[in-house]
Amino acid sequence: MTTYQLLQVIWFALWGLLWAIYFGLDGFDLGSGMLAGLSRDKQERDTLIGTLAPIWDGNEVWVITAGGVTFAAFPKLYAVMFSTLYLPLILILLGLVLRAVAIEFYHHMAYNPGWQNFWAKILSVASLVVALLFGVAFGNIFAGLPFDASGWKGNVILSLLTPYGILTGLLFVSAFVMNGFSWFAHKVADDALRQKAMENAKKMWIVTLILGVLFYGLMPVMTPLMQNYKDLPVLFVVPLISVAMLLLARTSMGKGRPLAAMIYGSLTVFFAVITGVIGMFPNMLPSRLDPDLSLTAFNASSSQYTLTFMLIVVLIFLPFVLLYQGWNLKLFGQGKTGSEAGHY
Amino acid sequence: MVDPIVTLLSRIQFALTVGFHFLFVPMTIGMALFIAILETLYVRRGDEKYKTLAKFWGKLFTINFVLGVVTGVTMEFQFGTNWAGYSEFMGDIFGSPLAVEAMMAFFLESTFLGIWIFGWNKVSKKMHLFAAWMVAIGTHLSAVWIIVANGFMQHPVGYVLRNGRAEMENFWAVLFNPYAWHMYVHTIMACYSVAGFLVMGIVAYHLLRKQHVELMKTSARLAVVLILISTLGNAITGHFNGQNVALRQPEKLAAMEAQWETERGAGFPLIAIPNTAAEKNIELFKIPGLTSFLAYNDFNAEVKGLKDIPVDERPPVALTFWSFRIMILVGIVMLITAIYAYYLDRKGRLEQATGFLKWLLWCIPLPYISTTFGWVTAEVGRQPWTVYKLITTADSVSPISRADVVTSLTLFAVIYSLLVLLDYYLIARFAKAGPVAAERPEAVAAD
Repeated sequence: MTTYQLLQVIWFALWGLLWAIYFGLDGFDLGSGMLAGLSRDKQERDTLIGTLAPIWDGNEVWVITAGGVTFAAFPKLYAVMFSTLYLPLILILLGLVLRAVAIEFYHHMAYNPGWQNFWAKILSVASLVVALLFGVAFGNIFAGLPFDASGWKGNVILSLLTPYGILTGLLFVSAFVMNGFSWFAHKVADDALRQKAMENAKKMWIVTLILGVLFYGLMPVMTPLMQNYKDLPVLFVVPLISVAMLLLARTSMGKGRPLAAMIYGSLTVFFAVITGVIGMFPNMLPSRLDPDLSLTAFNASSSQYTLTFMLIVVLIFLPFVLLYQGWNLKLFGQGKTGSEAGHY
Repeated sequence: MVDPIVTLLSRIQFALTVGFHFLFVPMTIGMALFIAILETLYVRRGDEKYKTLAKFWGKLFTINFVLGVVTGVTMEFQFGTNWAGYSEFMGDIFGSPLAVEAMMAFFLESTFLGIWIFGWNKVSKKMHLFAAWMVAIGTHLSAVWIIVANGFMQHPVGYVLRNGRAEMENFWAVLFNPYAWHMYVHTIMACYSVAGFLVMGIVAYHLLRKQHVELMKTSARLAVVLILISTLGNAITGHFNGQNVALRQPEKLAAMEAQWETERGAGFPLIAIPNTAAEKNIELFKIPGLTSFLAYNDFNAEVKGLKDIPVDERPPVALTFWSFRIMILVGIVMLITAIYAYYLDRKGRLEQATGFLKWLLWCIPLPYISTTFGWVTAEVGRQPWTVYKLITTADSVSPISRADVVTSLTLFAVIYSLLVLLDYYLIARFAKAGPVAAERPEAVAAD
C-alpha cells in the first residue's frame, strides 16, 4: 500500500467516524426535539427544549465538520453525492434550520404561549424530518444506489423509498426517540414525569430492538456490506458491541439510571453507523446497478498534499474540540431540570 | 451542456442564501467583540452595570446568532448541491479552509456560546469572561477561513492544475494570499460598523425616551469608538482594496468605474450612467485623473478599459458599477455620522442632540446596505468566473433539473424571508424593552 492509499484509508475512517459521532451526539437532541411538540405539559416541554439550548449547536457542528471534511478530502464524492441527492438534502438542511430556530425562538418568545406552542410543533416536525431522511439516506447508501453510466434511475426521492432505506430511517427515529426519553428522564426534576419518561423509554427500547434486529438481520440479504466482514471476521466485534450497547441501555433503564441509558443508547447508534461504514469500505457512494461506477476512497479523494495537510489539522484540533466539548456536555449534562432556560 | 436557466436559478439561490447569511454574520462578529470588551470591564472594574450591558447586548446577539449558524450550514452544503462542477474542480483547495473553519472556529463559537449564555451561575467569573473571548475569537477566525476560501476564487495562488482539477501545492500561499487579507481587514471593519451602528441606534432610541440613560451612555461611549475606527478604517482599507483589485483584477476595476476605453489619466465618473449596449456612459460629472490616481497613485497611470477585454470575459457592468457607488456613498455618510457622534459624545452632548439621535435610528440599516453592496461588487465583479481565470460560473453548476432548483429556491426564499422578519421583530422587541427584559424575558409585555 502506498502512502497515498494509506492516507485515503485513514480519511475514509475519519469520514465514517465524523458521521457516526454526529449521529451519536445529535441523536438524543433530535429525539428530544421530536418529543417536544407531542407534549402538552408545559413543564415537560420547557425541560425538553431547555436542556437542548446549551448543547444543540455544539452537537450540530459535527455535521458541518463532516460536510467540510467530505468536501476537503473527497471533493468528487461531495460534488456527486449532494447534487444527486439534491432535494432530500435540501429538506434535511431546512429541517436543521427550523430545528435550531425553533429551539432558540421557543425561549425568546416565552412571553407568548401561542408562539411557544407553534415552535414546539415546528421543532418536532423538523427533528423528525432530519432524523428520518438521514436514516433513509444512509440506509440507501449502505444498500447501494440506483445509478449506472446513463445516470440515476427514476425519480430521486421515490427511488430512495427502498425497504432497507425506510427501515434504517425508522431505526434512526426510534433510537433517537428512545434516547430523547432517557435524556429527559435524566434532566427532569418532577418524579412523576421522570417515571413516565422511563416507561416510555422502555417501550421505545422494544421498538428499537425489533428494528435493530431487522437492520442487522436483513443486512446480509439486502446490502453488500457483509463481504468485508467475511474477509476479516474479527470486524464482527463492531456490530456485536452495538447490540451489547443496546442491551446495556435496557439494563440501565431497569436500574433507573437514565443518563447511562442515554449514553449506551447513543453508543448503539454510533456503532451501528460504524458497522455500516466498515461494510461499505472502500465504497462511499456505491452503485447497486454497476459497482464499477461506485465512488470510493481511492477514486474520489483529494491529492496526497491536501490529505496530509488536513490530517495534521485534524490531529491538532480534534483533541481540543473533544476536550472542551466534553467539558461543556458535562457542565450541562449533570443536574436537574431545564433551569438553564431561566437565564436565557 | 448545462441548462443556462439552471445556472441562473442556482446563482439567484446562492446570492439569496449568502445574502441572508450575511445579514446575520457581521452583527455576530462585531457584537461578539463588543460584548467581550464589556465583560472585561465588568471583571476588571467590578461594576455591575457592565454585566447588565453584556447581558442586554448578549440577548440581541443570541437572537441573531442562531440564524447566522443555520444559514451558514445550508451555505456549506450548497457548493455540493448546486455547484458540483466547481466542487469537483476546486474541492482539493476550497474544501480545506471550510473544514478547518468548522474545526477551529465553529466548535469554539458554539461550545463557548453555550457556556456564555447558560453559565453565568455555573462557572467562575474569569471562566465566563474566557468564554466571551473564545466566542469573539471564534467568530473572527471563522471569517479568516471563509475569506481565505473566497480569496482563492478572486486571486488563485498556491495551486497546480493536475488530474483535470486544481490541486493544492502550497497551503501557506493559499492562507497568506494578499487578496484574502485585503478583503479580511475590510470585511471585519464593516462588521464592527454593523454592530456599532446597531448599538448607537438602540442607544438613541432609549436616550430619546430618557430611559436607561446611564447604561445607554456607557454603551455609546464604547460604540462611538467602534464606529469611528471602523468607518475610518474602511475608507483606508477600501482604498488599498481597490488598488489590489486594480493590480490583480483589472476587469473588475473597469466594471466598477465603467471604464470603456483604455487610457492614461482616467477620470472618476462621479455622476454617470453606464450604457452596456452602447459601450459608453452618459457622463454628467467626471473628476479628471482620479481613477488613475486612486488605482495606481499616479494621475497619469494607464487604466485598462472594458473594450480591451473580450465581451465574454467582462463582468456585468451596470450592477458592479452601481453596487460600488452605493457602497461608497453609504460609507461616506456613515463616516461623517461616526465623526460627529464621536465628537458629541466626547463633549458630553449626545444626550441633548435630539435631531442627531433621531438620525442615528435611521443609520441602523446603513452598514447592512454597504456590506451587501460591497459584497455584490466583489462577487459580480469577478464574473464570468467562479475562480478567476480558472473556471467559469457556467461550468461550475450541478447537473440538476429546473424543477429541483425552482423547488429549493422557493423553499429558501419563503422560509428565510419569514425568519428574517421574525428575527427583526424579536430583536426590535428586546431592544426596545431595554436591559431589564434581557434578564427576565417574561417581563416583556405579552402581545
